Amino acid sequence: MIQNDLPAIFRDFNPIEDKMLQVIDNEGNVVNKKLMPVLDDETVTEAYKQMLYERIADEMAISYQRQGRMYTYTPNIGQEAIHIAAGMNIREEDWLVPAFREMGTLLAKGVTMKEMFLFYLGNEHGGSFKDVRHVLPIAISIGTQFHHATGIGYSVKYRKKDEVVYTFIGDGGTSEGDFSEGLNFAGVWQVPVVFTIQNNQYAISVPVKLQTNSINLAVKSVAFGIPGIKVDGNDFFAMYLAYKTASEYARAGKGALLIEAFTYRRGAHTTSDDPSKYRGKDEETRWGLTDPLIRLRRYMQSKGIWDIDEEKLISAYKSEIDAQFVEAENNKSYPWQDIFGHMYTDMPDELKRQKMEYEQFLSWKENRR
Amino acid sequence: MSVMTMVKAINNALDIKLDEDKSIVIYGEDVGVEGGVFRVTEGLQQKYGADRVFDSPLAESGIVGTALGMAVSGLRPIVELQFEGFTFPAFNQILSNVSRMRNRSRGKYAVPLVIRFPYGGGVNALEHHSDSPEALFAHIPGLKVVIPSTPHDAKGLMISAIESNDPVIFMEPKRVYRAIKQEVSEEKFTLPLGKAKVVLEGTDITVVAFGAMIRECQKAIAMAREAGISVELIDLRSIYPIDRETIRNSVRKTGRMIVVAEAHESFSVGSELIAVANEEAFLYLEAPPRRVMGFDTIVPLAQGEKYYIISPDRIFYEIEKSVKF
Ligand SMILES: Cc1ncc(C[n+]2csc(CCOP(=O)(O)OP(=O)(O)O)c2C)c(N)n1
Ligand SMILES: [Mg+2]
Repeated sequence: MIQNDLPAIFRDFNPIEDKMLQVIDNEGNVVNKKLMPVLDDETVTEAYKQMLYERIADEMAISYQRQGRMYTYTPNIGQEAIHIAAGMNIREEDWLVPAFREMGTLLAKGVTMKEMFLFYLGNEHGGSFKDVRHVLPIAISIGTQFHHATGIGYSVKYRKKDEVVYTFIGDGGTSEGDFSEGLNFAGVWQVPVVFTIQNNQYAISVPVKLQTNSINLAVKSVAFGIPGIKVDGNDFFAMYLAYKTASEYARAGKGALLIEAFTYRRGAHTTSDDPSKYRGKDEETRWGLTDPLIRLRRYMQSKGIWDIDEEKLISAYKSEIDAQFVEAENNKSYPWQDIFGHMYTDMPDELKRQKMEYEQFLSWKENRR
Repeated sequence: MSVMTMVKAINNALDIKLDEDKSIVIYGEDVGVEGGVFRVTEGLQQKYGADRVFDSPLAESGIVGTALGMAVSGLRPIVELQFEGFTFPAFNQILSNVSRMRNRSRGKYAVPLVIRFPYGGGVNALEHHSDSPEALFAHIPGLKVVIPSTPHDAKGLMISAIESNDPVIFMEPKRVYRAIKQEVSEEKFTLPLGKAKVVLEGTDITVVAFGAMIRECQKAIAMAREAGISVELIDLRSIYPIDRETIRNSVRKTGRMIVVAEAHESFSVGSELIAVANEEAFLYLEAPPRRVMGFDTIVPLAQGEKYYIISPDRIFYEIEKSVKF
């Protein structure tokens, strides 16, 4: 059952009534003063910078892919407010159980662009995130991560750790059985997990209306007895408030919550996708007006706290990101033994035999030259 | 006749059957407006309408489970699962129900269902997009498992699969999708399920392969020819039922066999073929039949995949080793 001490926003923005939490509008005007999170100007500036960094990193990744220097890439463009708001709330000891489109949150946990590039250059070392604390690798098999997050939540609770688990899924992912099962387990076990649905309106080409007959996605929380809220995912302040509130609730041992971040995938699904096949330019333009960076900048300008030389910052980011890309690109070391080396704690004899036979083949090949 | 890729040939097969049989519906993730991520169903929704060709919610278990419901109640569904790595959410439906419904209902409910998906490596993909899980499906009693290697075969086998009253797992080698172009008849034709094809006759050694490995074998066979070795190449085409007779005849003739496949070698189709060779041609064997297959490892990402993938020189190396045994 949902607790009586439900945080106010979860009561006031009841998903059954299809309400959506919003703090600033598209012009950057504050529409809900009472809900404006208390953040100093430096923190707001920092948030903008991180969003900008993610945006530039994405644009550069797309261009490396187009130049044939990198394989298929999954851009985040338009969803940065969600990632950075989560990133500013997630602590070092908190867990991040990602899907595959929340790069800004990974960066906040300490993952580097070099690692991201290495991953998209086809090197497993880039995707292992082994040097950062409590981050699982990207989950490509959609939905499976919801159970992992819930299990980590159980472990955290059992071991009495002061840790919160953050996990993500897309709108399409809500159709998978694992989505519902995961929320159900989390409800029964009352685990400290903050579940986010990034509703970017599409699963590749399929619009949300073909995924569900529900009025929104947050409402799915009701059936599992956990608090749920629909939030304007392009509004940094609304997302920040949602994550702050949710993580406090989870940290206090009150159980799991579900946040639907209502947003738009401004780019293609991946660099191999062509959105013009399934959606119109009008729609893209309309959603473009809600862009999270533009909104935050307008807010900062109207409040008189805009103190960023954006052009200069962009060029600094570009050279920093490019340096990381070049480092990843120049990493040519991928010894063949690596494909055997990480399979088991102790390599079975059968695998040793296969490895040895492969080595014999390699030396035959060498001798034939 | 017209020049077709495998994508086009399968699209053409689906088109012919949709036109001919109103009980056929096609659905899956992104198969409607998008025409599938590989464009195999391109244009079909426009032509036949959204009640016959449509996008489903993103849930493979739901896709296959509902298809079973349709199949036992008068429809002949063809479902697309987006990649081999995403067939597994549907595995429970496939293993526990699709393959068993006929037997469980003592023949009252047949399941005329085609489950098709791209599989296999060599395309520099992310995890779950390079696997070859044919053995997992071939191990399930009640299913047929088909893998074409050319546009022509893909078309004929697909039409037969759709016309089969039993469920068919139709695996499409994604590496071949657009790599081969071939003259294919635009008319309807079928190829029998359960029949392998002798691609090339030879006398020294039998090479059995399927899917994307056929082309790699052909390159290796060119190397073998230069070394004076005569190779018989068999394209299995049907994993289950397996064509025992073609294997028997060939191995009895050549006395040697290697199996070339991308999947992990342990407990694989290669293991099965070696069992067939032993059972059918034991006294004819002049060298131990061998598997030239993927390692028992996860298929590596792009940078490591060259070590995993079966190259023509590795096939030639094994051919030569077997002949010199
Ligand atoms: C189990 C599974 N099925 C299918 C896919 C193929 N696939 C990759 S992304 C995607 C769409 C995902 O849409 P959504 O959940 O909305 O996330 P988004 O891509 O919009 O972030 C699909 C179908 C997959 N990765 N996993
Ligand atoms: Mg989506």
